[in-house]
Amino acid sequence: MDVVDIARLQFGAVTVFHFLFVPLTIGLSGVVAGFETWWILTRRPELLRLTRFLGTLLLINVAVGVVTGIVQEFQFGMNWSAYSTFVGDVFGAPLALEALLAFFLESTFLGLWIFGWGRLPRTVHVGCMWVVHVGTLASAWFILSANSWMQNPVGYRIDEATGRAVLTDFGAVMLNPVQLVTFPHVVLASYLTAGAFVTGVGTWLLTRERFRADRRMYLTAVRVGAAVTLVAGLGVALSGDAQGKVMTEVQPMKMAAAEGLYESRDGCAPFSVLTVGSLDGERERWSVTVPCLLSFLATGSFDGTVRGIDDLRAEYRSTYGSDPTSTAYQPGDYVPTIPVTYWAFRLMIGLGMAAAAGSVVVLWATRRGRVPSTRWLAPFAVGLPVAAVAGSSFGWIFTEVGRQPWAVFGVMTTEHGVSPGVDVTSAAISLGALVTVYAVLAVVETTLIIRTVRAGAPAADDPYASPPDDPQDRAPVLTFAY
Amino acid sequence: MDLTTGWFVAVAVLWVGYLALEGFDFGVGMLLPVLGRDDTDRRVLINTIGPVWDGNEVWMIAAIGAMFAAFPGWYATVLSTLYLPVLCIVLALVVRGVAFEFRHRHDDRRWHALWDGAIVVGSVVPAAGWGAVLATLVAGLPVDASGVARASVGLVLTPASLLGAAVTVLMCVAHGAAFVGLKTSGHIRTRARGVALVALPAAAFCVVTAAWVLLASGHGLASVTSLLVSVLALVAATATVRRGREVRAFAATSLATASTVAAVFLALFPDVVPSTLDPAWSLTVDGTASSPYTLTIITWAAVVLLPAVVAYQAWTYWVFRQRIGRHDIPAAH
Repeated sequence: MDVVDIARLQFGAVTVFHFLFVPLTIGLSGVVAGFETWWILTRRPELLRLTRFLGTLLLINVAVGVVTGIVQEFQFGMNWSAYSTFVGDVFGAPLALEALLAFFLESTFLGLWIFGWGRLPRTVHVGCMWVVHVGTLASAWFILSANSWMQNPVGYRIDEATGRAVLTDFGAVMLNPVQLVTFPHVVLASYLTAGAFVTGVGTWLLTRERFRADRRMYLTAVRVGAAVTLVAGLGVALSGDAQGKVMTEVQPMKMAAAEGLYESRDGCAPFSVLTVGSLDGERERWSVTVPCLLSFLATGSFDGTVRGIDDLRAEYRSTYGSDPTSTAYQPGDYVPTIPVTYWAFRLMIGLGMAAAAGSVVVLWATRRGRVPSTRWLAPFAVGLPVAAVAGSSFGWIFTEVGRQPWAVFGVMTTEHGVSPGVDVTSAAISLGALVTVYAVLAVVETTLIIRTVRAGAPAADDPYASPPDDPQDRAPVLTFAY
Repeated sequence: MDLTTGWFVAVAVLWVGYLALEGFDFGVGMLLPVLGRDDTDRRVLINTIGPVWDGNEVWMIAAIGAMFAAFPGWYATVLSTLYLPVLCIVLALVVRGVAFEFRHRHDDRRWHALWDGAIVVGSVVPAAGWGAVLATLVAGLPVDASGVARASVGLVLTPASLLGAAVTVLMCVAHGAAFVGLKTSGHIRTRARGVALVALPAAAFCVVTAAWVLLASGHGLASVTSLLVSVLALVAATATVRRGREVRAFAATSLATASTVAAVFLALFPDVVPSTLDPAWSLTVDGTASSPYTLTIITWAAVVLLPAVVAYQAWTYWVFRQRIGRHDIPAAH
């Protein structure tokens, strides 16, 4: 293994881990803000309990999401200094804006929300969570605009003197066609994840005999969660479809790699649902296919032409030449790792659709206030959140692996972005240390989430009710404390 | 002042803001076992910074992000060359960040002790680490003719780097003690005063040594003056702590932290990474700066957003302005 391999492995590992927590933070902050708003409007005590219960789960999740985000900002400079120097003029601005606009809002107002119960007026308190939610959306906007630029670089030129990319049109970067379809897709997938999580937690508690007394409350959570999952799931499908068409235009190789399509098809290209056998285009393979679906996904017409890998490889070779200094890839081979793109694409779609379908089952089972009398719903409690989170992960694995061998499509390959001054030992120590710490975090985090869920929503006193007579001189300053 | 110099100043301001703010919450973290004799004491200490520490830490994210956007070569060279020290800082911040949230989720003595330990280590390591990194940066990195420096741990194991680490750790302890004096009541407040009276002279001694080192290595008067301001502020802080003037003491330790960090950037300018191999190979403010177009865009953003950040963070401190004591800590849950 050389530094490139280790740096890529680290980037993949820590980014996938980070993104396990991000969608839930984005979606759940909105759901918690929604429940708190509903409580303020109706003053139904069970809505306060749900707000505080889901808020606790949000905070446990945010803790890991925030700290793993720190690693993200540092590793561009640590492992990818050549990339960072080359693209900083374009790529750095969204990151700086993300910190200035989004991270300050999120962290400051989350602190106010946590400790502000009973101290800030109700409307200001719920406002803090809405601000946090807007902060998460702003964060998603800026980081996705940076990523979209890597997928489809626009609004820049290469400076002759320095050889660095230079920003020429900030508006073009913010309104990159890839960004305009990716942002809704990722945000809706985040709502889907949060919806599935709330549905899962609620369903588990709803089907426990010992929480019989709280069934109405958990039923509310389940219904809201499942409705969010379903609506978001439809949005994810529509935005994903739009994304496929943009991708076919700007990164046709990624679309071909999603299908493992080697030979171009002039019309009615089939979509394979499953394939048994090799995906290298050499040997016959057995697969379950849907006729013409790939043409539709790629172009919007069942008769559209879809270009294959072989065709595109020849074209990329003549456009970009063959890279004589390449060591990580076959010189002149511009094809990503097909089995990864092929399966990640299917798992993304399949798991996302499964979560949405699961929410329909849950909605049907709880129709008109019904509480399912058996435990047959319990598998959905675990299945829905896991499917949604895994689907999001596979989406990113697909889109990032599908861009390879490029770091910035058509401009810089990944291997040329690595830090020239970093040795293999240092890179390996970094990878080992991060993976170890993250593994411990994963265990602690999962344990805490499960413990909190199993205990159910604790009774919640209204922090705004007048305090009982205190034997001391004054009431405690803190209504909540670490 | 042109845009490029302006952004060098902006990066310096973000670092000053970061260490002046997170400096005291690092200090509170380090003092957890010193000032907190039992679990309730330690919870009082943690809750003095509970609502604000994360907002303080974003100043670092903003500082690093500003370096990336305005001086990509600076950002990339520092992080890739001081690779393992930076890794230690990041790992410590990861552990510390989850510790605050995880600690109170389970009422068990050993669990609390585990995360208390994480908070202490997570506060000492980044404070020492940034001190070492900034001091190393002033001394320079082995940047070669192609603008690349080889990563090496040895770079931060020099006397200058260790002095830098000592300065930031003692400064954070003093700053944290002053904050605890301002924010708590009862015996914790009394103990904090005692700690401050030990840490302040020790910090002043280290800063004087740092000033002497800077002067001896031929750095400009501006940075040395900034360090002398810091020394005066530390002396003033000692006097005010002794007289029990806690607001003034905290203002003085804030000024001391700020002027110490400012000295780093005054010593660097007009370089961002001085080369220890050949001064001609040093990375400069002008040489690493992004295009005027990019700088203009982030300038607009900073001009609009940074005052807003200062305003709402100040509001947070106002909302949670009351002192807290053992009586204020609700039962464990």
